[in-house]
Amino acid sequence: MKNPLYLLQRALTYLVLIVASLLSVFPFFWLLVGATNTSADIIKGKADIGGALIDNILTFFERVDVPLVFWNSIYIAVTATFLTLLVSSLAGYAFEIFRSQVRERIFGGMLLMLSIPFAALMIPLFTMMGRLGLINNHLAIILPGIASIFIIFYFRQATKAFPRELRDAARIDGLKEWQIFFYIYLPVMRSTYAAATIIVFMLNWNNYLWPLIVLQTNDKKTLTLVVSSLLSGYYPDFGVIMVATIFATLPILIIFFVLQRRFVEGMLGSIK
Amino acid sequence: MLCGGERFDLARTGLARTERLNGWMFIMPALVLLGVFMIYPILWSLWMSFQVGRGMNLSFGGFANILRLTQDPVFQRALSNTFIFLIVQVPIMLVLALIFATMLNDSKLWGRSLFRTAIFLPCVTSLVAYSVLFRSLFLADGFVNDFLLGLHLISEPIPWLADPFWAKIVIIMAITWRWTGYNMIFYLAAMQNIDRSIYESAKIDGVPTWARFWYLTVPMLKPVILFTSVISTIGTLQLFDEVNNIPPNAGGPSDATLTLSLYIYNLSFRFMPSFGYAATVSYVIVILVGILSYFQFMVVRDKRR
Repeated sequence: MKNPLYLLQRALTYLVLIVASLLSVFPFFWLLVGATNTSADIIKGKADIGGALIDNILTFFERVDVPLVFWNSIYIAVTATFLTLLVSSLAGYAFEIFRSQVRERIFGGMLLMLSIPFAALMIPLFTMMGRLGLINNHLAIILPGIASIFIIFYFRQATKAFPRELRDAARIDGLKEWQIFFYIYLPVMRSTYAAATIIVFMLNWNNYLWPLIVLQTNDKKTLTLVVSSLLSGYYPDFGVIMVATIFATLPILIIFFVLQRRFVEGMLGSIK
Repeated sequence: MLCGGERFDLARTGLARTERLNGWMFIMPALVLLGVFMIYPILWSLWMSFQVGRGMNLSFGGFANILRLTQDPVFQRALSNTFIFLIVQVPIMLVLALIFATMLNDSKLWGRSLFRTAIFLPCVTSLVAYSVLFRSLFLADGFVNDFLLGLHLISEPIPWLADPFWAKIVIIMAITWRWTGYNMIFYLAAMQNIDRSIYESAKIDGVPTWARFWYLTVPMLKPVILFTSVISTIGTLQLFDEVNNIPPNAGGPSDATLTLSLYIYNLSFRFMPSFGYAATVSYVIVILVGILSYFQFMVVRDKRR
């Protein structure tokens, strides 16, 4: 069927996909090139490699306590991810394994809570954190996200594929329920955990609005907040911002390329 | 229970009790946290929405805040901006995602995974990071204007971020760039579950490509399409990071990109806080999201039938 119409359609498909891919990737190229240019050049739209990379990096390290800020981001993301996976996977597992009418109803209620927008929570949460003395404290960022309805759903869904015989065998061998969870379920479900880890880590790493409200001094801020505060105002130094943005984007980009399949899986799964 | 008989029931009571106990022990940490950080705040916020006053001096004001909504031009601006983003951006993005997914769902396509990765790549950026890129690309003398002038597509620079109309366009392009690939992978995943033989027989029967797309793919993807439109809608209703970072002055120029979330943020944290009124505005989002979630629920129910 190699008629002209087919060939035309083929050509059109490639054209559309090539243009879409170029548009998708170009801003990344712009980011890399931008880091080597002075702010004045970026403002003028210069899109080739310049000689200001070292200067930009030095200025970035001069203006911002980079190791500290990097550590803040890592600390929040890692702690939050660990606790979220622990608490939410325990719940997701239990909703599936120990069924009861009351818990089914609670689960249904959680379905409704999925659509509660964060904007409606942030004012009471802010007041609450104020009363607890947690303003400008990383705990205030970590705590509210630990029980994630998305992740609970994700694990309940995944648990449906957890072989019942495994659990029965473990029980006959005399393992307690918590032992079954930690010694049998956890290792068996490691690919589910991997996918969830990537997603939760990324959400925390990229989190913006809530840290913006809670973290007020420079020594507490995360990379995302630093990028945003460098950008504020009418005359930001774009060269420095590009360097900061690379720092903020690179960890996730690396995770994506190393674990691409799990990454996509997690994105599909955490929402389903 | 599967096993009947009194003997079994007796033996089971002890087991059933530990099951019950374990069931609660495992979900208790999550339930407590959800209670403290979600249910309590959402109820508190409802209570707050009836409070008037500034800072910490709040008093009960009945429906005063709701009345204020109807007389507040800034709120109405934010509401209409949010809806413009919703109505214009979500359909464009979903149609593009559907087109790309259809093109990529062809095993004979050369460079398939390369294209897929490229189009998905924007999803790894944080919303603040890509806001940086869009701000710097769309500056008055910046790259995009240079490029368009160079191609003679425009005769003078477009005031992207200084003009209320163009600023909205930049926001719409930015969100589309960031999220099209994300929606695309949902469609691709769903397409892989469609039975190939339907397409093969349609092809043999001489059904043209566009008709196969329109009469086969789209109806079969209906649940996913509705699902993605609901999550995109909920996301758009909460739009904040981009409009706070892409324009040089958040929500600007002259409130052209002000969204409901940004207005709530401004009301509570940027100016002298009026938490009560901000809570009322936040409940507008709750209600809008609630209505949309109801539609989602109806759709899911229809699918199960």
